[in-house]
Amino acid sequence: MRLTDLPLRQPAYVDLIDWTSLSTIDAQRLREFGLCEGASVEALHHGGLLGRGPIACRVGRMIIAMRRAHAAAVTVRTGLDAGPEPQA
Amino acid sequence: MSALPLVALVGNPNAGKSALFNALTGARQKLGNYPGVTVERKAGRLVLADGRPVELVDLPGTYSLDPASPDEQVTRDVVMGRQAGEKRPDALVIVVDAANLDNHLRFALELIALGLPTIVALNMVDLATRDGLELDAGALSRELGVPVVATVAVRKRGLDHLRTELEGLLNGAPSAYPAAATAARDFDATRQEARRIARAAIIRETPSRRLTAAVDRVALHPVFGLALLLALLFVMFQAVYAWSETPIAMIEGVAETAAGLARDSLPDGILRSFLVDGVINGVGSVVVFLPQILILFFFILMLEATGYMVRAAFLMDGIMAKVGLSGRAFIPLLSSFACAIPGIMATRTISDPKDRLTTILIAPLMTCSARLPVYAVIIGAFIPARDIGYGIGLQGFVLFCLYLAGIIGAMLVALVLRLTVTKGASGSFLMEMPKYQWPHPQDILLGLWQRAVIFLKRAGTIIFTSTVILWVLLSFPRVPEGDPASQVDHSIAGRIASGLNVVLEPIGFNRDISLALIPAMAAREVAVSALATVYSIDAGDDEAALEQSLGDRLKGQWPLPTALAFLAWFIFAPQCISTIAVTRRETNGWKWPIFMTVYLFALAYVAAGLTYWTAAALGLA
Repeated sequence: MRLTDLPLRQPAYVDLIDWTSLSTIDAQRLREFGLCEGASVEALHHGGLLGRGPIACRVGRMIIAMRRAHAAAVTVRTGLDAGPEPQA
Repeated sequence: MSALPLVALVGNPNAGKSALFNALTGARQKLGNYPGVTVERKAGRLVLADGRPVELVDLPGTYSLDPASPDEQVTRDVVMGRQAGEKRPDALVIVVDAANLDNHLRFALELIALGLPTIVALNMVDLATRDGLELDAGALSRELGVPVVATVAVRKRGLDHLRTELEGLLNGAPSAYPAAATAARDFDATRQEARRIARAAIIRETPSRRLTAAVDRVALHPVFGLALLLALLFVMFQAVYAWSETPIAMIEGVAETAAGLARDSLPDGILRSFLVDGVINGVGSVVVFLPQILILFFFILMLEATGYMVRAAFLMDGIMAKVGLSGRAFIPLLSSFACAIPGIMATRTISDPKDRLTTILIAPLMTCSARLPVYAVIIGAFIPARDIGYGIGLQGFVLFCLYLAGIIGAMLVALVLRLTVTKGASGSFLMEMPKYQWPHPQDILLGLWQRAVIFLKRAGTIIFTSTVILWVLLSFPRVPEGDPASQVDHSIAGRIASGLNVVLEPIGFNRDISLALIPAMAAREVAVSALATVYSIDAGDDEAALEQSLGDRLKGQWPLPTALAFLAWFIFAPQCISTIAVTRRETNGWKWPIFMTVYLFALAYVAAGLTYWTAAALGLA
């Protein structure tokens, strides 16, 4: 499931990030925010009146805001199929 | 360059670096610029335990040594010893947020690998505890191979310990910790190492961020959050009026007493006119707005220090995206309400060049504090001070509408620019949302103090000089004895203004406005001091007229449509010379500042004209 589809406040792990769909500078910033395969992630708030605004999510212990286009590049897995926390 | 040992404070944004800097240096700070760039250099003096002074420099916050913007580049260049005009620091104090170890330690490892004498300040340990984290600073020291000091900058905790460690480091005392292996690692390896060290240092962890999460449920809500933001802005603009009455009356009292003293003790003549009309009435009419400007800055500093500002950017991103901007642009734009110059400089954090250029071009449309004196004087004179219900004053409401008009104007201009001159793919919006925290009064007071000094310096230099020049141009040549013409009509300035008035008359401006607009290019608030000087000279020896406040005089002389047109002009107010200069520096050329000046003049002219013709057609008088 994509991060954009992740229900709010449901803990998940990052499965895959499509780095190629992001600009070099945005990819670097996201890495610096701690976004990587295996990181724990949780969608917290969807902005915008019609749900088209940015998404605030927790990555590790940090809360970051990103646009939906970026969140769509992140594939996550949740619940039972998430398994134990990977030591990435 | 100072001969004192140089210590650099470096770390991630939101690690509480500035609070630590303030706590360590107090009010002994010096603001400046790095040569060739507009990035602010913030330095101060720190006194070690043995009484030795050290220069402490606060570097711009960054996430890594791979810069994404010009201010981050300064940080990299300083710690690498490559920044012109700055020697390589003798030691580093790395500030990390105790509640965000994984992430901040990655950057700390990158910095430790540089090999400079280093201390890590484990900051905001109190907030980490609030979030359910218990940390072992000793374990962290052993893992990192450098001293780690737990600090709470805002409560001044751990500062003496930090000073002692720093003293040892600068004296070249042998480290108590064996240096950790600093083999060159790539990004992922550094991250994994940071994570491993963080695990080793965390004694107990309960995943909780209750306060921030609870507040954000409201503050980031699409409907309630936006309502809260609008309410905050509304309160801010009401407070600018409501809180400032008493201090303004006090400053006015002092100015009146000074003018009275000068009038009584000096013989009638040029010197008396210079002091009373030029200096006291001219400069005094601007200084009187210090309380309102400080109230505005107080709100902006509070919004930043509490962590709310990024939430506002988050809420605004959806709307900003519609006009082709990023929510990130909201922060420089909100600072532009105080002054467009720091606002334009703050656009350096926007990485997309076209996003950044558009933000620079619309920044002057945000109502800066220099326009406040102009608005305040006109509103005070022409808008009745009555309640329009719910405890909302009409004057504050009109002021709010003027600010709103600037914002809407800016959004429309951005939309047009993004479809034409700054066409291109829309940028991104990536921001860290810091924890909410209650700011320390000292940090806010220090910020206000620095703003007050800047404003009074302006009043003493630019505003004083333009007022004096205007007074000279208004006072000479003197009207011959017995000539019925007024001194203003006869003066050089009066004649220039009469020429200019041919262009401005169609939009309802009178000769006095034309006269005030020229020096207002130096600084917008000069429009007020210029009007004060004009009417003060015009009044001559007429005691009754001299007793009148500027507002009362305007009320007697201007029709309402003219006053409204004047307000509309200043919504778009062709910006001050300093703004043009900073735009030239930030865009590396004259093309964009000229473009900006022309489009703002055109908008101001049209807006003032439309306002005047509409008001006149409606028969407002």
